[in-house]
Amino acid sequence: MTNRNISRRTFMKRMGALTAASSLPLSLVELSFADSHKNFMFAYISDAHIQHITGTKFVRNWDRGLIRAVAETNLLQPKPDFIVFGGDLAQLGTRPELDHGAELLSKLNYKTYCVMGEHDYYLDLGEYWSKLFGPQYYSWDHKGVHFIVLNSILTYDEWTHERWPTAEQRMLEMAGLDNPNGSPFMVGEEQRKWLAKDLEKVDKKTPIVLFSHSPIQKIYKGWNFWTEDAEEVQALLKPFNDATVVYGHVHQIQYNQIENISFHAVMATAWPWPYPQSYAQAESNLPKLTVPMNRADPFFERDATGWQFINLKTGRVTMDYNLYNNTNRTVAYNPKTGQPEDVDFQAADKIIPPQIHF
Amino acid sequence: MSRKRNNLLVAAVFIMIFIFIIVVGYADEFSKEDLERWQKEYMSVVETGRELWVSADLGTNGVSCAQCHPNAANTHPETYPKFQQQLGRVVALRDMINWCLQNPLEGEPLALDDPRLVAIEAYVTYERRGVPLEPGKH
Repeated sequence: MTNRNISRRTFMKRMGALTAASSLPLSLVELSFADSHKNFMFAYISDAHIQHITGTKFVRNWDRGLIRAVAETNLLQPKPDFIVFGGDLAQLGTRPELDHGAELLSKLNYKTYCVMGEHDYYLDLGEYWSKLFGPQYYSWDHKGVHFIVLNSILTYDEWTHERWPTAEQRMLEMAGLDNPNGSPFMVGEEQRKWLAKDLEKVDKKTPIVLFSHSPIQKIYKGWNFWTEDAEEVQALLKPFNDATVVYGHVHQIQYNQIENISFHAVMATAWPWPYPQSYAQAESNLPKLTVPMNRADPFFERDATGWQFINLKTGRVTMDYNLYNNTNRTVAYNPKTGQPEDVDFQAADKIIPPQIHF
Repeated sequence: MSRKRNNLLVAAVFIMIFIFIIVVGYADEFSKEDLERWQKEYMSVVETGRELWVSADLGTNGVSCAQCHPNAANTHPETYPKFQQQLGRVVALRDMINWCLQNPLEGEPLALDDPRLVAIEAYVTYERRGVPLEPGKH
């Protein structure tokens, strides 16, 4: 068997044949190890926010993002081993939205793993979502990597069960990103206990890749770029040589390194969000490491959505962001500094004007 | 007209001005209470603007301004008017608000003197308070 570790360039050449596919709002993930037979890829699609208007009408703009991601993912060559959908399939968690989203996802030709987002959850506390997609937290092994999915968008019981007169209001209060009536996300004790047990049987040299909807780190509480018990989850990952967290929710490029754990955000298929530092009235902690994505051009409705390759050579992440109407970005683990860095734009004098957010 | 009548008229005018001042106050003097009241008036319009900002009814598809612009971030009111390169001309913030109403929100633009447009501008600008004016900045 020849080397299946196909370089990004080769891959892009193949992708070039699919002209429409040059700007996918999804993440193609390549895991490649020294042991080349273990190399494989998966794609990551996230934050579709399918939004029901009335009857058979849904917001066209968000529909197009997911339809495109699904169609282009099906054209990928080499084929990904599986797909991960990173949460927020729906906007307000209704059956029409989840059904429509599930129907769009059903066009995928691959095994699909789903992550719960707050927009899927807070109408009926995940009941209908679970009927469609199964358990809300689980793990599996694939070609030498241990994968974990957590439901990281839970919050305090009082907020969830006692504060709101109706389920619809609870959903609306959580759906507003900047709504001061919202509540911080958390993984919670039940899942942390499960995770501790799940990881007991995993060798410390096995690469761990954890998928969550919210960042398992604290960036800006006001918009829930935040997980309340992030440190406790991080502590469970600390014994492992190589741990990576991939998360959605933030609709933007973010990357960070906290001790042994690499963090990478994925793009949305629906719309981009501002970086928290763009809000002049509050302090935030965007990882200093992150060189932001280019500011979105609203006149291109798919701008600032994108897709990326993740290459986990020897368990460390190299991420290639392929961005719509923008220069591609590559963020690679630098063994000298022990952190992910953008290969072109990391140095202060390399940052270009569109990457400056204010 | 006699000199005496003239004096009387002048006195009458002065008395009238005096009464006018007592009744309505000096134009250039205001109290702490006035300032508080005016700020309250302004903030009530800001609040109306915030309600519109998160409203699903401003356009036709249920999309709200806040969906893409939490806390009105990435609207940069301090940079307008500016050359909007996609339109090829200098525009005001309200032109961009109307652009968003027509495109992502699939709705109708507001008249430039519509109190709702003023309220949206008041909210967007309030969220950006303290940031220096930089008209023209892209």
